[in-house]
Amino acid sequence: MNDISVLIGGKAGDGINSAGLTIAHLFNHLGYRVYMYFDYPSLIKGGHNFAIVRASEQKTGAHRGTVDFLLALNNDTIDFHTGMVRPDTGIIYDSGTVTKGTGTPIPVREILTAENAPLIMGNSAIIGGFAKTAGIKWDVIEEVFRHHLPKETGKNLSVARLAYDAAPVIRVVPVIGSGHLPVITGNEAMGLGLIHGGMDAYISYPMTPTSNLLHFLAEQASHVPITVIHPENEIAAMIMALGFAYAGKKAAVGTSGGGFCLMTEGLSFAGQSEIPVVIVVGQRTGPSTGLPTYTGQSDLNFVLHAGQGEFPRLVVAPGDAEESYGWASLAVRLAWKYQVPAIILGDKTLHEGTYSFDRTEIEGYYSDPGIPGEELVAGKNYGRYRLTGSGISPMAFPGTPGTVVKVSSYTHDETGLSTEDAEISRVMAEKRKKKEALLLDEVGRYEAVRTYGDRSSPVALLAWGSNKGVACDVAGLLGLSVVQPVVLSPFPLHQVKEALSGVTRLISVEDNMEGQLGSLLASHGITVNDQVLKYDGRPFSVDELRVRVMEVLK
Amino acid sequence: MTDRNLVTPAENTWCPGCGNFSIEFALKAVISDLVRGGQSLDEIVLVTGIGCHAKMADYLNINSFYSLHGRTIPAATGIKLANPKLKVICCAGDGDCYAEGLDHLIFAAKRNIDISVIIHNNRVYGLTTGQYTPTSPLGFRGRSTPGGTTELPINPLELMLASGATFVARGYTRKMEQLRSLVMQGLAHRGFSFIDLLQICATYNNTTDYYNEHVYDLENHDISSFEDAFTKAREWDYNADARIALGLFYQHVMPTYEDRVFAHPPDNTDRLKGIEEILQKKM
Repeated sequence: MNDISVLIGGKAGDGINSAGLTIAHLFNHLGYRVYMYFDYPSLIKGGHNFAIVRASEQKTGAHRGTVDFLLALNNDTIDFHTGMVRPDTGIIYDSGTVTKGTGTPIPVREILTAENAPLIMGNSAIIGGFAKTAGIKWDVIEEVFRHHLPKETGKNLSVARLAYDAAPVIRVVPVIGSGHLPVITGNEAMGLGLIHGGMDAYISYPMTPTSNLLHFLAEQASHVPITVIHPENEIAAMIMALGFAYAGKKAAVGTSGGGFCLMTEGLSFAGQSEIPVVIVVGQRTGPSTGLPTYTGQSDLNFVLHAGQGEFPRLVVAPGDAEESYGWASLAVRLAWKYQVPAIILGDKTLHEGTYSFDRTEIEGYYSDPGIPGEELVAGKNYGRYRLTGSGISPMAFPGTPGTVVKVSSYTHDETGLSTEDAEISRVMAEKRKKKEALLLDEVGRYEAVRTYGDRSSPVALLAWGSNKGVACDVAGLLGLSVVQPVVLSPFPLHQVKEALSGVTRLISVEDNMEGQLGSLLASHGITVNDQVLKYDGRPFSVDELRVRVMEVLK
Repeated sequence: MTDRNLVTPAENTWCPGCGNFSIEFALKAVISDLVRGGQSLDEIVLVTGIGCHAKMADYLNINSFYSLHGRTIPAATGIKLANPKLKVICCAGDGDCYAEGLDHLIFAAKRNIDISVIIHNNRVYGLTTGQYTPTSPLGFRGRSTPGGTTELPINPLELMLASGATFVARGYTRKMEQLRSLVMQGLAHRGFSFIDLLQICATYNNTTDYYNEHVYDLENHDISSFEDAFTKAREWDYNADARIALGLFYQHVMPTYEDRVFAHPPDNTDRLKGIEEILQKKM
């Protein structure tokens, strides 16, 4: 099977992310499914950035431990990644800045001087050189540059051409198809899903790894009917979202763990007042500021339990671009149908990872869940919290003729007036709880838990979020199965048990130290036999996880 | 006049003599006047924080958003952006808005969002039984500061002027006619209106005599002059003895936040078409 990995590295500010993306598009145009991991420290200029692009005949969501091509814009790229280089790895380097290179030198500075091009176009030279070594036809480069480098395309192409002509062919990457898919980040997939689900407003204070979701949606707001607001802080973001929803507009917020801390008062308020809201929480390495630009999965317990008091919430953890799109769309609808907060829990690897995006995979997620049969009684008899069989009270919005709409953070009666009455307090708590059972039924209609690999294997890997990708690869290599709970609250116990039928040994794979998903399963009486945990901020490579799982199986 | 009773059946639990009664009376009167003038009652929304002031949400039979402590303004901002036709009134407390939610107040003024903020400023926390607030004078003996506070108060008028508020006023709950007039003008102002409303707390901070002796009405004051407003606002610093001016200090008309947010509507209103176009670019 064709499966090619390329690492490109340089200083922050060298445009490594976009260079990686251009390489991903080259493979996309050759018919491959692509995935890109981008690694960068929390600074603006300097430091070492690198991107690993993987192109495979099959869907992929993980990087490998070694690479077929290494593209170096600086010495660090040679020094830091010696462990990923094999004897047959093709090394392409900028002969002006890299003094330790062996392989294919590209005289980047000379090329830029010849074309009178700015320094940032050095990437186009390296990409041109790489494309030649990989035997990629010139017209593919031209097509990708024209589509994805709209600014100064001609000059970029001239720079790439000089490097292309100067480099030898080392290893021909075959063309395996003609069709190509959209290539998007997890953040972009979530943003599109939110738009698809009917989100009217996105309100967010910047925080890695969801800042790019804010940037993406802000950029799209001139082409799709959404309002994007960057307010004073996360407290305001969350409460503004509730204001939007109270007035009838579907709102979402996005943040990471630190910002989510500030949102928890609003989360609990949403639970009490039954105002729908969608919250995107992108995990990074904690605690506290932690490693701002690195990954982690240590906020599962936090989002499951955040907020004072007891109230139902939807928590979903998508593992790739398709799930991000599908579940973001569903999160908006389910939040509004059940009038609950819905949390989309991602991780840096997913949010800032880049994926080929195949929507046919999630066609089932498009079906509109519909609104249950509780009828809206507007007018003077309206009660925002009217008791109904389902626990769901139809929402009216301010401006409805003759209708007073009262919402409250206090315990309240059916009309929304504060109360301290014992009986009403009990009834209203039970009313809110009722919605949870209905929500659980409904998520069971979608793929709340997904399985992959060899279902007949008695050994299964348990993975969530972006780790589903690497777990699938390793399961394929070792003949195991994979169980991926996507919905984490309300907990889909029935579906998890079904997915585990025939499994006698369950190995959890998580980017945290305490095995939080394992604990969640244990609290529902499911034993996790072994744990493979990683908490250094870096995602597992396929090779690393394979070795770790084999150690457990020994 | 509206045919709807503006009062809910909720039992009123403010202390006898509380300044909130005057504010409730004034609000009801102003809302009735507005409705008589053609304003839809269905399109008025009251947002309150947490504190004695906030019970207004339970007492007035109008749309209400009973928010969290300090969080009237972000809720009001969301509501106004979601439906700019709504007239959004925030009743907030001094502890509520000047302590817990101060950042939001400054941002609302900075944005000039078209909402009206009325601060029930009794300069003490009532509902939590008597602690100092950001506008309590130096040395205020509250239950958390039995030896007296060791910090100076903030001057909310000065702060609001500096933050870009386009309508800045101060009222006093014992001056009902002026209070009604200020609330009416604030609601009529297109942009961010701010009224610091001096009110006594009958139980924890009864300053009636002090206010009665010190307040006076602004006269021959140029409301379009920022400098004059600033000078008048600094006359009393909420701490030292001074005359306390009441009335409209400053008014200025500018584009509102929502004018600017919605200045460039999207070139496409079809979500699915928009998604397809974005994905095309990513191929």
